[in-house]
Amino acid sequence: MALDKWIAVIFLTVAVAYGYSAYTYPLLPFELNMVFLPNTMPMALSVIAIILSLIVILSPKPAAAEGSDEIDLSKLRDYKLGQAFMLIAAMVIYALALRPIGFLTGTVVFLVATGWILGERRLHIMIPVALLGTGVVWFLVQQALGIFLRPLPWFMS
Amino acid sequence: MYDGIMLGVTAAFSLTNLTMVVAGCLIGTFIGMLPGLGPMSIIAIMIPVAIKIGDPSAALILLAGVYYGAIFGGSTSSILINAPGVAGTVATSFDGYPMARMGKAGKALAIAAIASFCGGTVGAILLIGFAPALSSVALLFHSAEYFALMVVGLSAIAAFAGEGMVVKALLMTVMGLIMATVGESALFNAPRFTMGVQDLQSGFSFITLAMALFALPEALFLVMDPARANQDDADKQIKDLKITRAEARAIAPVIARQSIQGFLIGVMPGAGATIASFLGYAVERNIASEEEQKEFGKGSIKGLAAPEAANNAACTGSFVPLLTLGIPGSGTTAILLGALIALNVNPGPRLMIDNPTIFWSVIISMYIGNVVLIILNLPLIPYIAKLLTIPRNYLIPFILFFTLIGAYIGQNNATELLILVGLGVGATILRFANFPLPPLLIGFILGGMMEDNFARAVNLTDGIQFMYQRPMTLTLLLIGVALIALPIWRRRRAKLSVADGD
Repeated sequence: MALDKWIAVIFLTVAVAYGYSAYTYPLLPFELNMVFLPNTMPMALSVIAIILSLIVILSPKPAAAEGSDEIDLSKLRDYKLGQAFMLIAAMVIYALALRPIGFLTGTVVFLVATGWILGERRLHIMIPVALLGTGVVWFLVQQALGIFLRPLPWFMS
Repeated sequence: MYDGIMLGVTAAFSLTNLTMVVAGCLIGTFIGMLPGLGPMSIIAIMIPVAIKIGDPSAALILLAGVYYGAIFGGSTSSILINAPGVAGTVATSFDGYPMARMGKAGKALAIAAIASFCGGTVGAILLIGFAPALSSVALLFHSAEYFALMVVGLSAIAAFAGEGMVVKALLMTVMGLIMATVGESALFNAPRFTMGVQDLQSGFSFITLAMALFALPEALFLVMDPARANQDDADKQIKDLKITRAEARAIAPVIARQSIQGFLIGVMPGAGATIASFLGYAVERNIASEEEQKEFGKGSIKGLAAPEAANNAACTGSFVPLLTLGIPGSGTTAILLGALIALNVNPGPRLMIDNPTIFWSVIISMYIGNVVLIILNLPLIPYIAKLLTIPRNYLIPFILFFTLIGAYIGQNNATELLILVGLGVGATILRFANFPLPPLLIGFILGGMMEDNFARAVNLTDGIQFMYQRPMTLTLLLIGVALIALPIWRRRRAKLSVADGD
């Protein structure tokens, strides 16, 4: 089965689950008399979504979809998937670490690490660039705009 | 009126005020480039500075500069890295980013700047001429019409319903509408469908979704397929701002139409720049010739000029209800209203009579912000566009960082970032399966407003008869249906005639 059908199956599951939770949505007593309920539109949407995803699943594969923007699943093996996965992992770690280890430390490490993953080995350039970029953004956000971002790890600030 | 305009001009053209507007434009442009900090947040942040200045005209001029600068900065990140930081510039990225990928970043930025400038200019002229008259039109629109207007806005999705993609585009739109129902809503009493996640109480945030759907997949594709960045041959063209005579002729009518249409949409309180930009995009695509239609979504200059002109004209238009009725029509004007009140100016019907200097200096200063912006930024564009020629190993880490930090600044929590990465990976897979992503974002943006207005209209009339009883609603709904159905029908007919010919 083609990838888009699998995705339509996922959408179908989501739509059914969403429809079920809309159908069983706990209405407040006084809401029962309203014309338009909090679950009116969700129920309608779930029905439409179920119908549309069924059409995608059941319809025959269209002859070579045009305008696919050069992103081609059949070329998947030629793509640098390893790098992409490592970058996704780096982003997740960055998200989790940002608060405890602070914005300046976290961002500099993130920038240098992702540059390293992409194949940059000239650390004597990458580290100053990362420091400069992080510093400028931190200065704009924290000093000019006054949005607080903890700069350094928890034991230092 | 002439005296009033002169009052405004003399107030605006002092050395201090000109310094203010230059400073405001620069601050706005640079901060606006960070996705996540749109005009609304930047103006909010600049208010204390403005109040410290004390003189209302000077303060407003500063804010006007920041405002226009931030709008332009936002378009910049949409065009260069496909990261629309504000809902109003989502439509800009549809054609702006493909242009940048073809190595025409400089031209795309120049068209965006010029279209915005023209939109602002036409808007200002209409504002000066018709503000009092238009204020009554703003009150004609009720929730039924707003609902219909959202439906018309949704018709912008037709542009992404390519060959064999109609059902997929519709499915993505419905998914966007579903995502919009998560969290609290204006009309209901409890947050819906949060799946027990605390951070979803207020729903998905726009910036997280925009970054996850547009910027992150694009960055990942640049990683996976280094040839995609085609940086080698880009250097020749990238700084080139030149717009040929033929291109200018093509976009001039687009800009003119969209400036007027955008302004009129901006006048309706609550409709604003986002709808104006989607609608402008949809309308221009529908009236373009068949050849040009194929270009839309793949780097059409018309598709870039239309939302930019409409967006800026609508921003100017939203000043009509603010200044004449005291009703802020958008988030940004609501914040400006706060600033005006803090500066001891009370917008409303009496403002023009009691305080003509302020009234006119607000309008004139908005316009000066627009003019200074284009003077400042046209020379800067080559340098901004050159950002794309930064080596990939440095560019991609920074794109990822900006994508993440945009969502982080707004929400200040790590769950938001995890949602962003998760949705981003999902969006990348969707791109592989040829599901168009813009319809999802359009559905998400318009979904909340659509449900609110629909619910309000239903509650007011006890049913859905308003759809055919109110002539304006019916007309708008029919236009919306036609905008979605026509291109699909036209394509089908073209295909049939080709089949007959063979």
